[in-house]
Amino acid sequence: MLKKHPLIAFTLFGFALFLLSNRVDELRVFQGASVAVYVIAIASIILLTGYSGQVSLGHGALLAIGGYAAALSRNHWGAPVWLTFVIAVLAAALGGYLLGLAAARLSGPYLAGTTLALAIGLPSIANRFSIFGGEQGLLYDIGMPPASLGADFTQYKWYFWIASLAALISIYWLRNVMNSRYGRNWRAVRGNDVAAELAGINVGRNKVLAFTVSAGLAGLAGALLAMTISTVSPGAFPLALSFSLATGAVLSGVTTLGGVMIGAVTLVAIPEIVDSVVSRFESSESVANNLPGLLVSMLLILTVLFVPNGPVEQLRTRREHRANK
Amino acid sequence: MVQFINMLLIGIGAGSIYALMAIAMVLVWRSTRVINFAQAGMALLSTYIGFELVQKTGNFWIALPLAMLLGALVSALIEILLIRTLIKHSTSGPVAGIVPIIATLGLLGFIRATIGFIWGNQDIQIQPPLSKVGFKFGTETIALSPMNLLVLLTVIAMVLILGFIFQKTSLGLSLRASAYSPEIAQLAGIRVGAIRTIGWAIAGAAGAAAGLLQTVNGTGAVSPDSLEFSLLLTFGFIAAVIGGLESLPGAVLGAVVLGLVLAIVQIYISGTLVFIVAFALLLIVLLVRPQGFIGSKAGRRA
Repeated sequence: MLKKHPLIAFTLFGFALFLLSNRVDELRVFQGASVAVYVIAIASIILLTGYSGQVSLGHGALLAIGGYAAALSRNHWGAPVWLTFVIAVLAAALGGYLLGLAAARLSGPYLAGTTLALAIGLPSIANRFSIFGGEQGLLYDIGMPPASLGADFTQYKWYFWIASLAALISIYWLRNVMNSRYGRNWRAVRGNDVAAELAGINVGRNKVLAFTVSAGLAGLAGALLAMTISTVSPGAFPLALSFSLATGAVLSGVTTLGGVMIGAVTLVAIPEIVDSVVSRFESSESVANNLPGLLVSMLLILTVLFVPNGPVEQLRTRREHRANK
Repeated sequence: MVQFINMLLIGIGAGSIYALMAIAMVLVWRSTRVINFAQAGMALLSTYIGFELVQKTGNFWIALPLAMLLGALVSALIEILLIRTLIKHSTSGPVAGIVPIIATLGLLGFIRATIGFIWGNQDIQIQPPLSKVGFKFGTETIALSPMNLLVLLTVIAMVLILGFIFQKTSLGLSLRASAYSPEIAQLAGIRVGAIRTIGWAIAGAAGAAAGLLQTVNGTGAVSPDSLEFSLLLTFGFIAAVIGGLESLPGAVLGAVVLGLVLAIVQIYISGTLVFIVAFALLLIVLLVRPQGFIGSKAGRRA
């Protein structure tokens, strides 16, 4: 029944999350919010890479656009919170549209290098104009949770609720888009752009559209990320963030949305695991600093070597093989 | 007038180091059709090795060739251990195009973390072997110090040696043939696998030189998360793309052009705009003349 009625499945999952958030401690709630943010960001990369065949190593830059747009609209116009999210999505989508115009004409390695350059260079733009607040960045305060939720309703729980709801809606919407005409067009373009063109699909326009939608989602993730840490600054969107997101997408499997949780949970779990290792073995500072990077990069290399399509897709193909025998 | 000459000197000096990085990327691209984003990590590792060698030998000019040699070894090992497996496993599925890109990114993270484990995350300091005070003409000090001059001469010597190897030796012929068409080269009796490894090794040496020279020419300080090296990677990539990504003279030309443009921006406009201009230059070249300054249209579809 759940397979046929995804809306019911999503609602039930959301309700389970809601119950869960009342039972675990603050740290777990905060980590839950981070997972939700990563889910949206990774989904935006999966949409771009897995469904339209374009590579972006600079999604951190698009997240930054979303985060800054949300903070600026909140601080300067006092926009309500929901509106700042909308503005974040629109601003990042605009940035993605412009980038997509260039990207549609670039193939694999060129696009990868260009987006990588953007992710490296964007912090210098934030430092250049005083409106962005330089190294310190800007405050982004969404305010206290509504009083009607009760006195013991914490700030982190509020973040978790907002982020999870946004993630659930995004994934549900994305799932429908993937199964719509647009999703089929994107997959056709990814599969073989010449054949897609012969079938009457406007390849260029579809690539730009995929980039725009992906950027919009990334912008939402950026605004939510800024919300959980209450600030936006160049340091909040480092190159490492772009790499983490690419890693998360590869771990999840870029060809299907089904595994999106795998990457998101892994990204949140790795620092946690490292912390517990460090405290148990009383390891030195250099272990604490470098073990997360080492784990992430080794996971990344092993995944592309052995399960390049991601674990979910791998399982599915294996099952199909067995069924065919 | 002095400002103009300084601009030229700064531009060519910076461009010469980008050129080494661009050459490394072009060599790897030609031999395995991979853009090696780990080049920055490999250069960083070689720089740390160079730092150790400077400590041991006390002489930068002994440390530099040794570090280049070790950089070449590391690079060849990476080709043998990782890239070969990748090419062997290469799928034709939707992710085929992104697998090598992601793999080199993973490698970049791996090398950086490894350096952090060994040397810690604090800055290390390499003393420049020569004075960094500019030469004086009358009362004016120009932006060319003995250090800059030696960097420039070293780079020119390396480019000439590479050019000689590529144009005049049988190894160079094999390298060019393998890049042009691996299948035909193989049929002609060239061991393409070994040639690929050699291409990576030379790239590793060039990257090592770029890293060490960049460091002593700059502040002398390096850390595993050095922004300098991320920028070196980006500017090397941009220079390689401007030059057409296929040709070594193109890479050098692209690097010098990039160095000059950035020097103009830095001196006459503002240092904070440097990156934006470099990025704009990359986009303009990719959109207007995607085959680069030097390079044929057909070669670019791969």
